[in-house]
Amino acid sequence: MSAANQLAALIANMFATGLLDDQFQQLQMLQDPSAPNFVSEVVTLFCHDGERIIGELAKLLDKPTVDFDRVDAFVHQLKGSSASVGALKVKNTCIQFREFCQQKSKDGCLKTLETVRINFYELRGKFQTMLQLERQVNGFPPNN
Amino acid sequence: MSTTTVTPEPPHVLAVDDSIVDRAVISRLLRSSKYRVTTVDSGKRALEVLSLDGDNVHMIITDYCMPEMSGYELLKRVKESTELREIPVVLMSSENSPPRIRRCLEEGAEEFLIKPVRASDLSRLCSRLITTLR
Repeated sequence: MSAANQLAALIANMFATGLLDDQFQQLQMLQDPSAPNFVSEVVTLFCHDGERIIGELAKLLDKPTVDFDRVDAFVHQLKGSSASVGALKVKNTCIQFREFCQQKSKDGCLKTLETVRINFYELRGKFQTMLQLERQVNGFPPNN
Repeated sequence: MSTTTVTPEPPHVLAVDDSIVDRAVISRLLRSSKYRVTTVDSGKRALEVLSLDGDNVHMIITDYCMPEMSGYELLKRVKESTELREIPVVLMSSENSPPRIRRCLEEGAEEFLIKPVRASDLSRLCSRLITTLR
């Protein structure tokens, strides 16, 4: 299968399995010759930012007394950036997470953090493959 | 004496958002509609830009939820300033809260967009503002 076909199949799969929603298509439509790397730039920013936020959440939830307002603020950030890139599954997990913050449930927050982590890294892995395939389609050798 | 044709400069929009992802998206949205964009990550920085270059800013588009200074507070500061009050201010938020929206519109916001903002939201907005932006 050519890289282009693999890329199309991967993206189609990500939509079909609910990882992505139509906001991602909005981003694809904004990419053009004047901004040829727009999608990969935004995806890369999202992956770095998401990792940062998950790290902060883990630290906050590791404290004996949890500051749920600060936890909620970080989850709100991740929810926002997920929505902006079309990361549907991660966004929905963040919505659940905020409910546990409202309830001030440390247990609920910890469990949902784990789910966010799993969903985020699943998405990040697929985004990384997507960017690799895109490089190949554009005539660059795959990164090792 | 030669005559030069002056191409009108595209309108300059100041985009304010604490999210690095959202700044990338909003600036691409605006640039693809042919606006010049400056992005900043806080209300404080927005006011700094406005104090230096306010004459050259034709619209402000700002996130509502930001640490330290919210988009609502930025809106108030702009509308309270004799130099800046004519600049249209658009608020964006992921939360669809009618009281919040009403409060912003009452304070003089031009429009309140729900995130994620789409190209169609901006083109609708900009065609309404077209007389103000020229």
